Amino acid sequence: MIYVIIGFLWLSLLLYLVMGGADFGAGILELFSSRANRARNRKIMYHAIGPIWEANHMWLIIAIVILFVGFPVIYSTVSTYLHIPLLIMLMGIIARGTAFAFRNYDAVYDNMQRLYNRIFIYSSFITPLFLGIIAGSTVSGRIDTGAHDFMSAYIYSWLNWFSVSIGLFTIALCGFLAAIYLIGEAEEDERRRSFINKAKAMNIAAVVFGANVFVAALSEHIPLADWVFGNAVGITAVAAATISLVILWYLISKGKRKIIRILAGFQVTMILITTTWKHYPNIVTLKNGGYLSLMDGGGSDKTMLTLGLALLIGCVFILPALIYLIYSFQRGSVLVEDSEQH
Amino acid sequence: MDNLVAARSQMALSLGFHIIFSCIGMVMPFFMAISHLLWLKTKDPVYKNITKAWSKGVAIFFATGAVSGTVLSFELGLLWPEFMKHAGPIFGMPFSLEGTAFFIEAIALGFFLYGWDKFNPWFHWLTGVVVGISGIISGILVVAANSWMNSPSGFDYINGQYTNIDPMKAMFNAAWFEQALHMSIAAFAATGLAVAGVHALMIVRKQSVVFHKKAFRIAAVFGVTASILQPFSGDLSARDVAQRQPAKLAAMEAHFKTEPWSPLIIGGVPDMKAKKVNYAIEIPGLLSFMVYDDFKHPVKGLDQVPEKDQPPVPITHYAFQTMVGLGMLMMALGLLYFIALLKKRSWFDANWFLKLFTWATPIGFIAVEAGWTVTETGRQPWIIQGIMRTADAVTPMPGITYSFYLFTTVYLSLSCIVIFMLYRQIKMVPKLYNLSNPAAS
Repeated sequence: MIYVIIGFLWLSLLLYLVMGGADFGAGILELFSSRANRARNRKIMYHAIGPIWEANHMWLIIAIVILFVGFPVIYSTVSTYLHIPLLIMLMGIIARGTAFAFRNYDAVYDNMQRLYNRIFIYSSFITPLFLGIIAGSTVSGRIDTGAHDFMSAYIYSWLNWFSVSIGLFTIALCGFLAAIYLIGEAEEDERRRSFINKAKAMNIAAVVFGANVFVAALSEHIPLADWVFGNAVGITAVAAATISLVILWYLISKGKRKIIRILAGFQVTMILITTTWKHYPNIVTLKNGGYLSLMDGGGSDKTMLTLGLALLIGCVFILPALIYLIYSFQRGSVLVEDSEQH
Repeated sequence: MDNLVAARSQMALSLGFHIIFSCIGMVMPFFMAISHLLWLKTKDPVYKNITKAWSKGVAIFFATGAVSGTVLSFELGLLWPEFMKHAGPIFGMPFSLEGTAFFIEAIALGFFLYGWDKFNPWFHWLTGVVVGISGIISGILVVAANSWMNSPSGFDYINGQYTNIDPMKAMFNAAWFEQALHMSIAAFAATGLAVAGVHALMIVRKQSVVFHKKAFRIAAVFGVTASILQPFSGDLSARDVAQRQPAKLAAMEAHFKTEPWSPLIIGGVPDMKAKKVNYAIEIPGLLSFMVYDDFKHPVKGLDQVPEKDQPPVPITHYAFQTMVGLGMLMMALGLLYFIALLKKRSWFDANWFLKLFTWATPIGFIAVEAGWTVTETGRQPWIIQGIMRTADAVTPMPGITYSFYLFTTVYLSLSCIVIFMLYRQIKMVPKLYNLSNPAAS
């Protein structure tokens, strides 16, 4: 049963990264849209993401519940030593979630919109940045459970070049996902072209920030290159990602809408495989060289059994409903616009 | 501020904030389902407008409730890592089921909010009902997790070790039913009265009267029915607390001395030094009767509880008195409503009647906050009753005070924005729903 649970944990992280990532990205792209285009892009985004907005963020909750029920030592250690970045990420989540609702449901359309939009855009940067920082910090070996001073226990655990680089890379990745997603939602050619350009820019940013992650790893003596290229799975995943990226750009030029989304999701899947495979099951690396493993410190057998069953039963309900939701609100199936939107 | 006090304050603030949004998020869908049903049945466009207007409110409340709930799932670890390390595997079962219920709620909400004129009307209606039902299930599950902290079960605690864990037993602990029932009814009472109160105000002000009258009737029926039922569920809860957490009951009542003919103490100012309550109304024997159905049976007082295991008496007592007092007012309002419904229909147009409801707008939620203060403060100094102290569970990270200030600022500003937005929603009713509602002023 523990493998089922680990599978769900991994899957919820992946889906949060892909689905949640795409809507973080939508906020990131908004910053890079010219003022004239922003209102139009917002509308596309409202229709594309609005219906699945709340559902996208449930994946994070599922992941966190799996952690605290099944792997409480990992959950409590991470939340103690990464308290500060988690707190900032939470502030980002609060700001984004509420700003999104406010700007779409405020009955009066006036200057307040500028405030909501500004909050939305900034929090769209901060949240994935800190998500990345947290992810980076779990593997960078800076979490020092024996630390005696505030700085090394609660600041240096996450504030380092490597973790921040992962954060920046996450931002670029989210922007890329959103641009690819929105290419398929744009109705006019001009808008489509603008999303393609954004996808290009984000792709370049991802490559640059990705390279920066390797440089950071090198300078901080984190054997990242070994994790990624030191095993067959890593190499295969990197190769698959690279090939699929080439295919992706070819298909964009051919005007395909749906398959490019799948390919972008595939890219992220490959990245997550490469970065998690070598660590598994040691998902947190400590400063003293020790690990926190998914295989020990878990709950009792009965806990794992009931958690696994709850997840299996849950996905019987969730997945069909979610798939039907996404299917129903694809572009082209939205025939009637909500006439009361402003 | 002491780290522990700061952590407790931050937790209280986060829960107190979240509870309002989750109550509204789980109850409003039922109001919408009723008016939506009336629209589908009667084709009276006013009902469609009410449904749409409410659904915008729900979208705002749901989004705020969802993020503040996400925050709570992290805060458990950020503030109480030692607690979660041990308790997570034991009481996590309801949370893992709640994940599913909440997910379904979010999916159904997507269908409902964005699905107007897009699906079969009955499918669309059903998605709204699913939002409500999964919301209630989520609420019950989360309260079941909380009740485990009051009534820990499903494990053996031997030499500081938690063994023989059984998550199902932990979920169905002795307190889950009473607490979940009390909270669910409270959600309906508080939300129903709050919504009815706002619409009553608009009727008094003679704005879009047809619209607000219909909306008032739907919300008020839920609110007053729940308000009348609530004292009975409160009685169940109090008996249950007396059995399992006598110290909590003693603090709620500020009941210092164990003696036969234990009095019911109403109001008053507890004097902790003299161990008595000043200026209170005391009814001898009534507490004994309420707990044991016997006027003479002594009820355990604070004198039987070691000082270090006592909850803060004044806060618990004041909060309990506030909750009960407001609950009684709400029940009276409920009875008045039914008199109007059965005998005095003209009251529904009477200004005094509507004004009563307007004044009652916040009291349900004040009672909810007071009730949670009783539950949580009354459990102190324990985080897991009788097993782990709150002081032993708090994070080792210093400086939680600043985090508390940050949360206070954020939640205060959010509350202001939400109130401001609701004000605008209501103000815009005549404009937004004018065309299809010729009766609007």
